[in-house]
Amino acid sequence: MKVRVKFSKYGPVKFIGHLDVMRYFQKAIRRAEIDIAYSEGFSPHQIMSFASPLSVGHTSEGEYFDMNLNTFTSKADLLQRLQAVMVEGIDIIDVQLLKEGEGNAMASVKAASYLITFRDEISLPKDWQDKLNTFYRQPFISVVKKTKKGEKEINLKDSIYELEIRKDSSIYMLLDASSGGNIKPGFVLDCFFETLKFKLPEFAFTVHRVETYKNIGTEEERKLVPLIWEK
Amino acid sequence: MQVEKPARYIGNEVNAVMKEKDMVDIRFAMCFPDVYEIGMSHLGIQIIYDMLNQFEDVWCERVYSPWVDLDKIMRKENIPLFALESQEPIRDFDFLGITLQYEMCYTNILQILDLSCIPLLAKDRSDTHPIVIGGGPCSYNPEPICDFFDLFYIGEGETRYRELLNLYKESKAGGAGRKEFLRKAALIPGIYVPSLYKVTYKADGTIEKRIPLEPAIPQTIKKELVKDVTDTYYPDKPVVPFIKVTQDRVVLEIQRGCIRGCRFCQAGQLYRPVRERSLEMLQDYALKMLKNTGHEEISLSSLSSSDYTQLAPLLDFLIENCRERKINISLPSLRIDAFSLDVMNKVQDVKKSSLTFAPEAGSQRLRNVINKGLTEEVILNGARLAFEGGWSRVKLYFMLGLPLESEEDIRGIAELCNKIAAVYYETVPKEKRTGRVQIVASTSFFIPKPFTPFQWAPQCTKEEFLEKAYLTRTFISGQLNQKSIKYNWHEADASVLEGIMARGDRRLNQVILKAYEKGCMYDAWSEYYKNDIWMQTFEECGIDIGFYTTRERYEEEIFPWDFIDCGVTKQFLLKEWHKAKEEQTTPNCQMQCNGCGAARFNTGICVNKVF
Repeated sequence: MKVRVKFSKYGPVKFIGHLDVMRYFQKAIRRAEIDIAYSEGFSPHQIMSFASPLSVGHTSEGEYFDMNLNTFTSKADLLQRLQAVMVEGIDIIDVQLLKEGEGNAMASVKAASYLITFRDEISLPKDWQDKLNTFYRQPFISVVKKTKKGEKEINLKDSIYELEIRKDSSIYMLLDASSGGNIKPGFVLDCFFETLKFKLPEFAFTVHRVETYKNIGTEEERKLVPLIWEK
Repeated sequence: MQVEKPARYIGNEVNAVMKEKDMVDIRFAMCFPDVYEIGMSHLGIQIIYDMLNQFEDVWCERVYSPWVDLDKIMRKENIPLFALESQEPIRDFDFLGITLQYEMCYTNILQILDLSCIPLLAKDRSDTHPIVIGGGPCSYNPEPICDFFDLFYIGEGETRYRELLNLYKESKAGGAGRKEFLRKAALIPGIYVPSLYKVTYKADGTIEKRIPLEPAIPQTIKKELVKDVTDTYYPDKPVVPFIKVTQDRVVLEIQRGCIRGCRFCQAGQLYRPVRERSLEMLQDYALKMLKNTGHEEISLSSLSSSDYTQLAPLLDFLIENCRERKINISLPSLRIDAFSLDVMNKVQDVKKSSLTFAPEAGSQRLRNVINKGLTEEVILNGARLAFEGGWSRVKLYFMLGLPLESEEDIRGIAELCNKIAAVYYETVPKEKRTGRVQIVASTSFFIPKPFTPFQWAPQCTKEEFLEKAYLTRTFISGQLNQKSIKYNWHEADASVLEGIMARGDRRLNQVILKAYEKGCMYDAWSEYYKNDIWMQTFEECGIDIGFYTTRERYEEEIFPWDFIDCGVTKQFLLKEWHKAKEEQTTPNCQMQCNGCGAARFNTGICVNKVF
C-alpha cells in the first residue's frame, strides 16, 4: 500500500540538496523502523517517489514523497514515528494512505506556489510593483527558456497561474511545476527585471515553497488541490 | 551558490550532540584538518566525540577544514572559523583538538588556527586562547609541528582525557594561567608539552640531546593504551552526515593492533599489542548503531581483520541480521582463502566484486625482507579458488623503493601478475570466460616511518621512484598476458615531502609555516599540492631534504621521536632491521612472542596467549 508524506524544510537544512534529502529520508525510515517495501533484485532499494525537487537554499512547507509499505499501522503512528527521528528543520506535517490507483507523487505534481521575499538591503527600482502588475497583466509574455535540449521560446503567461504582490512587498506566485513545464520563481523574476533593464544582485531574495498541487480538474479546466487532499 | 556543498558547514546532522553552553564547563572543538567528507569518515573522532559528550560538564563539537572556496570568503570577510554544532567561533573554546592522520595535512593545521584567529605559534598564545592539542598516528613524531601545539596526547584517547579536563578545571578555578596548566599537564602520562624541552644538535645535524627544561618534566612519554577494548567507550549513535561522505556506513572496529609485524608498517608497531573486542559487544553495537543511524551498510574495521579470532561467528551474525533488513555488509580486505571466498559469496555480488591481494613486494626474497608472510603459493592458490568461484577481477598492491630492492624484485611484480593471469586461463574453461581476466596492479612508493624496523633506511629520491615505476611498466608490458594487466602508480613528488615530514625534526616547523604563508594548503590533494613552492621553501630555510630522506641513519643515532615510548623497544626494531638485511622473517605474535616490548602493557595477546 502507498502512503504519502508531507513535510517542511526550514532553517540551515535548506542547504541540503534534493538527492541528500532523499538519502536522509531513506535512513530516517530505517531509524523509524517503518515496514517499507523494497524493490527486487541484487541491490534492493526502498520504493519511494519524491514529488518535486526543491532548489538548494529554498525553504518549504509543502514537500511530499510517497512510499510503499508492507504494513500500515495508523496515520498517527506513522506520523509520530517519523517525526521522532527528524532533525531540526524538517518536520512531518501530514501522512495519508493513498487510494488504490492514485498516481505517484512525482507524476501527480502539476503546480507549486511560492512566496518570494526581497532582502531588506536590496534596493529595487521605485515603481517595480506597478510594473510587475503590468508585466503580469500582459496576455502574452514571450521569453526564451533553456531546456536540456536547448533554448526554446515560450509564452511565460501560460505557466504563471497566479501572481500577487502582498502588503509586505513579498510576491506570491502559483506556477506550473509539471515535469514538462516546470518554471522556477527566480526565472519569472529574472524575466521581469530584464524588461526593466535592471540587474538583480545575487541572493537578492529568498524563496519559500508554500504548497505543491495536483490537478483534479481537466487539462482545459484546471482544479488544483494540494497533493494531500480530502474532499 | 557562493560555496560548493554548503551542507558541509551547517551541522545539525542526525545524532550531532547539542548542549546548553551555559550548562557546561568546558567547550571542546574536535578537528580533522581536511574537508568534511574525509573528516566525517574518521572513526577515531567519532569515538572521542561520543566519549567527551558523555561527560556532563563538556560539550564537544566538530570542525573541519573549510574547502578552498569558503576559505577565501572567510579571509576576505573576516569570518572566524566556527564549530558545526553551535556555529560559534573556535577561538572562544577551551580546547581545540586536532587529529593528525597523515603528514600531508600539516599546512591545514595552520589554516584551521589562522581562520580561528588563534596565533599559529603556541608561544604567542595567551590565557584567552584555546589549548591546542594534537593526537593520532602522526603525533608519534610530533617534532616537525611541535611549535604549533600546546600539547600532544600520545596514544589512544579513551584513557586520559578525563584527568586532563579535571586538571584544566582545577587550574582555571585556581586562577592558574596557561603556562601553569601546561606544566601540570606534562605530568599526566601520555601528555607531551613540547615547549618544556630543548633539543641540541651535533655538527652533522643529528640530535645530540633532549633536555627537559624543568626538573619534574619526564624524559620519555609513554603511549596511552586501552587495556580492555570491550569495556570501554564506543559510539552507539554516531553522527550521520547529510551529504555523502567517504565512509557512509556503520563502522565496527573489531580489534586494535596487529599480530603480523610487517617491517614497513607503522600502525602494526604503534598499536601493539593486539586486543580483540568481544563478540557479544560487537553484536550488540552492530544492531544499536544500525538502528540509531539508519545506515544501509556496515563495515568492519581493523588491521589484518582475518586474524580476529571471532570473525566467523561475527560474520554469521551479521549476515543473518542484515539480510532481512536489506543491509549490505562491506567486508574488509580479508586473506583470500576458502573461508573468505565463502563469506564474499554470501554477502556480495560476485560479478561486481574484485579480489584484493597485498603482496607488497614482487619476490619472495623481498617479502622476507619486509616480513610479509604471504607466499606466491598462497596467492596463486587463492586466485585459483576465486576463479573457480566465478571471480575474474584481481587487484594487487605493491610498494616500490623498499629497502634492499633490486631490479629482480621489480621484475617479480610483473611475473606475479602474469602468473595470476595464467592461473585464470588454466582454471576457467573457454566457454565459461567472460572476456579477459582483469588484473590491476598498483604501486605506491615506500616511505620509511618512525617506530618501524625501517626507520634507519634511506628513502629513494624522486628520480629513483619514477625510474622504478617505469621499470615496472616495462616489465609488465613484456609479459605474455600483458593485455590482461593494468598498471597504476602514484605520483612521486608528494612521497618525498611525506618522507621529510615523517622522520623530520623541530627544524621543519619554520618550513611548514613559511610554505603555508606562501599559500600551501590541502597538500594531500594533488590538484592543490604545490611542489615547487615547497622545494623553494626548503632551500630558503637552508634545509637539505636529503638529510631527512635519502640518508641512511646510523644505528646509534638519536631520532627526534625517540623520547616517545610506544611499547616496542628501539632495540627490538634494530634487531628486526638486522634480520631484514639478512632476509630473515620473524613469526607473528600468534605463533610466538618475539619480545618486542609491548608485553609491558600486560594486556591483549601478550597475556591471553600462553606459549
